[in-house]
Amino acid sequence: MGSLLFAAAEATHAGDGGWWADTAGIMLISPFVAFLLILAFGKRLRYNGAEFAIGALAINTVWAVVLFVLNMTEGVLREPVRFVVGDIGSGLTFELGWAVDGLSIMMYLLVNLVGLLVFTYAVGYMEGDRRVPWFFAAFSLFAGSMLLLVGAPNLVQLIIGWEGVGLASYLLIGFYWEDHENVNAGNKAFMVNKLADVGLLLGAVFLGVAIGSFDFAELNLAAVEGNAALSAVAIAGGALLFFGAMGKSAQFPFHIWLPDAMAGPTPVSALMHAATMVTAGIYLMARTFPLYQQMAADLRPWMVAIGTITLFAMGLLALVVDDIKKVLAYSTVSQLGYMMTAVAAGGYTAGLFHLFTHAFFKALLFLGAGSVIHAVHSNNMSDMGGLRKYMPRTYATFVIGALALAGIFPLSGFWSKDEILATLGHEGYTAVMWIAIAGAFVTAFYMTRAVALTFHGTYKGHGHPHESPPVMTVPLIALAVPSVVAGLLNIPGVSWPGIGNFTEWLAVRVVPMGDHHAEAIDFFLAGVGLLAAVAGIVLGWLIFAPDRDTQQARDRLEIPVLYPLFRRKYYMDDVALGISRFTMGPFARFVNWTNTYIIDGVVNGVGGLVYHLARFIYGGVDQRGIDGIVNGLSAAADAAGSGLRKLQTGRVQQYAASFVMGAIVLVIVFVLVR
Amino acid sequence: MEWFDTWGLPLIVFLPLVGALVLGLIPKEKEDAVKATALLFSLVTFGLSLVAIGLFDFDLDTYNTYQFEVNTRWIPAIDSNFHLGVDGISLPLLVLSCFVTVLAVIYSWDHWEEPRNPRAFLMLMMILLTGMNGTFVALDLVLFFIFFEVVLVPMYFLIGIWGDKAPRKIPGFSRVVETRLYAAIKFFLFTLFGSAFMLLGFLALYFRSGEFGDRTFDIVELTNLGASGAFTGTFAFLVFFGLFLGFAVKVPMWPLHTWLPDAHTAAPTVGSVLLAAILLKLGTYGFVRISLPILPNEAVRWAPVIAILSAIGIIYGSLACLAQTDMKRLIAFSSVGHMGFVMLGISTLTDVGINASIIGMVAHGLITGLLFFIAGSMAHRYHTREMARLGGQMKLMPIMGGILGFTAMASLGLPGLAGFWGEFMSLVSSYNPLDGLSLTVFRSAMVAGAIGTVLTAGYMLYMLQQVNFGEPSDEWVGRNFHDVDRFEMTAWVPLIIFTVVVGFYPNLIFGVTNDVVGSLVEMAFQGGAVTAGLGG
Repeated sequence: MGSLLFAAAEATHAGDGGWWADTAGIMLISPFVAFLLILAFGKRLRYNGAEFAIGALAINTVWAVVLFVLNMTEGVLREPVRFVVGDIGSGLTFELGWAVDGLSIMMYLLVNLVGLLVFTYAVGYMEGDRRVPWFFAAFSLFAGSMLLLVGAPNLVQLIIGWEGVGLASYLLIGFYWEDHENVNAGNKAFMVNKLADVGLLLGAVFLGVAIGSFDFAELNLAAVEGNAALSAVAIAGGALLFFGAMGKSAQFPFHIWLPDAMAGPTPVSALMHAATMVTAGIYLMARTFPLYQQMAADLRPWMVAIGTITLFAMGLLALVVDDIKKVLAYSTVSQLGYMMTAVAAGGYTAGLFHLFTHAFFKALLFLGAGSVIHAVHSNNMSDMGGLRKYMPRTYATFVIGALALAGIFPLSGFWSKDEILATLGHEGYTAVMWIAIAGAFVTAFYMTRAVALTFHGTYKGHGHPHESPPVMTVPLIALAVPSVVAGLLNIPGVSWPGIGNFTEWLAVRVVPMGDHHAEAIDFFLAGVGLLAAVAGIVLGWLIFAPDRDTQQARDRLEIPVLYPLFRRKYYMDDVALGISRFTMGPFARFVNWTNTYIIDGVVNGVGGLVYHLARFIYGGVDQRGIDGIVNGLSAAADAAGSGLRKLQTGRVQQYAASFVMGAIVLVIVFVLVR
Repeated sequence: MEWFDTWGLPLIVFLPLVGALVLGLIPKEKEDAVKATALLFSLVTFGLSLVAIGLFDFDLDTYNTYQFEVNTRWIPAIDSNFHLGVDGISLPLLVLSCFVTVLAVIYSWDHWEEPRNPRAFLMLMMILLTGMNGTFVALDLVLFFIFFEVVLVPMYFLIGIWGDKAPRKIPGFSRVVETRLYAAIKFFLFTLFGSAFMLLGFLALYFRSGEFGDRTFDIVELTNLGASGAFTGTFAFLVFFGLFLGFAVKVPMWPLHTWLPDAHTAAPTVGSVLLAAILLKLGTYGFVRISLPILPNEAVRWAPVIAILSAIGIIYGSLACLAQTDMKRLIAFSSVGHMGFVMLGISTLTDVGINASIIGMVAHGLITGLLFFIAGSMAHRYHTREMARLGGQMKLMPIMGGILGFTAMASLGLPGLAGFWGEFMSLVSSYNPLDGLSLTVFRSAMVAGAIGTVLTAGYMLYMLQQVNFGEPSDEWVGRNFHDVDRFEMTAWVPLIIFTVVVGFYPNLIFGVTNDVVGSLVEMAFQGGAVTAGLGG
């Protein structure tokens, strides 16, 4: 089946990646090896096991870069390598392996490259912190799970990676577990994701059983070919998968876990909210794109609606928080909304391109925030201000990241956001397009606020902030480069000589996706988008301009009704907390109560009844014997004080007696039945 | 190795019993000799079970054909034969039972609950092993019944003598009793109650089989009769009900589960481990080996009932877990939910479902067994199981805490570890159960099961938060706790390794079960299955 399927490949001219593709599985394994090595030897090493973690990702990056370059120049498409690990009956199999096509190669590059930079940065950031070996072990587990996820040729392996990522995030968010607040944050992330995973699990069941395989290639082919069995469950299965994707990619209303996830060390946030974890849901939607494009098209408006709510409503929350990481967190949620909206609207490339550029500049912003936090020992922007003088490199790179995020020409975010707007317009989601433009205004506004409060004005914190060491600033600079230039990879209508463009690289795949991409720049739309961003920056600058008191500036934003609504995060946390408290509290206690007093009540009642019946029948005759046979409870009480010997001897008689009695009952019943 | 064809299974079953007798001859004071002897016998038995794997013909995959078969006349008066045999369904469970017993012996080396007495304790464990192994290989209903009941006696004593001595007030009763006694008697009577009906069912089958030739207790012959449609009507309905009661108590299925939290919580550590790892599987195994093949039509009639009870069990057990304050009781209750998944798989009457149930049994044996080991070791150190008093274990005993964390993750069905496959495949199979079964019922059960996975995660994280994380309370600060010792490590590491290996390579189990399960489903239910009716 696999090779037949391959005959349908769209890019038949593509190369197969040769040895590099054959051995790409190394990337999926090496972080797990690093995980074990760090657990075993981490404590004894100079850098607490970061050697292994970085080494593994460095090796991976070689593979990822080579594959990416090969894909740029000649296109790489290889049938996924698959190993059967379980024949579960009815012709269904579980397989592990790795996919090598445009989409996976792009993700390999992102995860490994960004991961490598973040890991390196973490060596400086975590210096002298608690449990550093464990940090790098869990970090490796994180990267490995994510690679398992994006390399998955089938839904089952994706689920393994998916939940592995969830586990690693739980461990890292709750990294400072001495404080129950942090553990709560980890629990919240895990539980919200687990709830959404119900959709992923059941979606895999629906779709997998329908086509008799969990393989993505088969699923997509069936969707393109109009398989009747798949068609029957496409809406339900598609909705369930989307439900799962909403959890990992923090779509409304499952976004509630993400801001709390800031409890982990900052490098964790950088990795989790840029290249890994939160991209998983978008990736899943892209991986199964033909299902939504061909069969579950009726779902798309709903998915767009969720994405739109996410991109706009969550961006607003970034306006009112003081914690710099939470600004970035809400920004991540909002940007994920852009990606989801784009993919749902039919913009396969647009959504993924934004995922690609966002991974660089958001990692940059988080690491920049980490650098600041490292210097001032506080997450709150009210403790910062004026840092540009003390931390010039952090400042410069942070501003680049902020401008890229805001979508300023010609930085990467401009191009990818523009492509999303173009897709929305082309697909007829005009209203959504305008909301997205408004969202771009909000994005620029809150990023300006963050930059102004953090780096401009006067320093309000304690001590003397200092620039971070090179091990931290070099990754910042390294991330600033793609944040600036990555957008050039996909200028509409431009195909660079010898390598083409991002759209073409992603088009190297097994099954045609049927997506749309723009052929030329829409100058009007690009202009409006840019205008919105500039307006956001200008307004933000006016309100939060240097040397204005933070509190005073905040007061300007304290619009009645809205401000409290934003501060309380639309009260969604309160609802979620209420539900979980009810389940764990009164509801669980009620169930336990029924167990003790109703079910067990019947059991004990019957026991007591038989006991009293027996006493009634036998009167006082042979009390001792009766006690042994029927009434365990009373006998137990009598025996409680007596010694072991009595217990042992007494109970043997009991057993014999009850056995005989049971047999007698049986014979009687049997005779009656016959 | 021809001797193994004849002597292999009898040795695997009775060698532990011989071991028990030998232990009886050793003076009680020579504890090291006692322990070494017990270890030797359990190791040899385990070794023999490995030989069984080595000699097992994996291509022989027709259901109702057994390997290493032994069949001799035993009690002619009731046509009962001494008939043993093993197939792809029982082999993993047989090995599991020998394996876990070895680990239990190793663990108990240095962990004795009062009143100590290793000799008596190990003798009972050896008898227990005979009962468990015997149940898995018995092919005669009388023999099966005897082994099934033999298991009760040693476990009764293990709980009653070495169990929890805390006084306990039983709701509705005026007198206060010791927990161990209440639990032991409840365990015993509850199971005996179910077994009585099961025996009734066996006898009924025996007499009814006479209408189709010689009366027989033979499982192979009864299976053939069952496949040919011999047992029908109200008779079969009632017989299935009788067997159901016997097995469902053992599993245990909701609402017959209330002996379990008491017995598990009160039992000594090794008792809990064996209870969870092996004894519960006797019930589920009984369904697969006896109820389904011999009474296939009744299985179809009863399947929705079983599915509904399983679904309730999954949700109910998980919610009850959330209300627990005692760590061991929480783990005990988790079995109700996990075994619910196993029974849900069986009730679909599909190959995927039954495969799910077998890997679910093995995984539950490994993981919950390990959880009970850890809970026991923790109680041994803290002298309390109240989670509210614990906390900060990652500081006090990082290795213990780490292993607990791993096991909790495995228990909540983390994909990539053994527990995931049984749960996931249970859901797969209940999406499309055997043709003719109500899709409404089974898909509702599927949704309930999926929600159950969330609740399971909830109570496991709740436990970890209470026990592992946070700062240790003043009660423990400054106390020098001994982290995991070498006996504990030796007993636990194999379980951890297998949990990971089965998690990434489940074919370790399916390779043995899949073909024979497919054949069973084909024989009994004509195999209308999960992806049946798939066009291309």
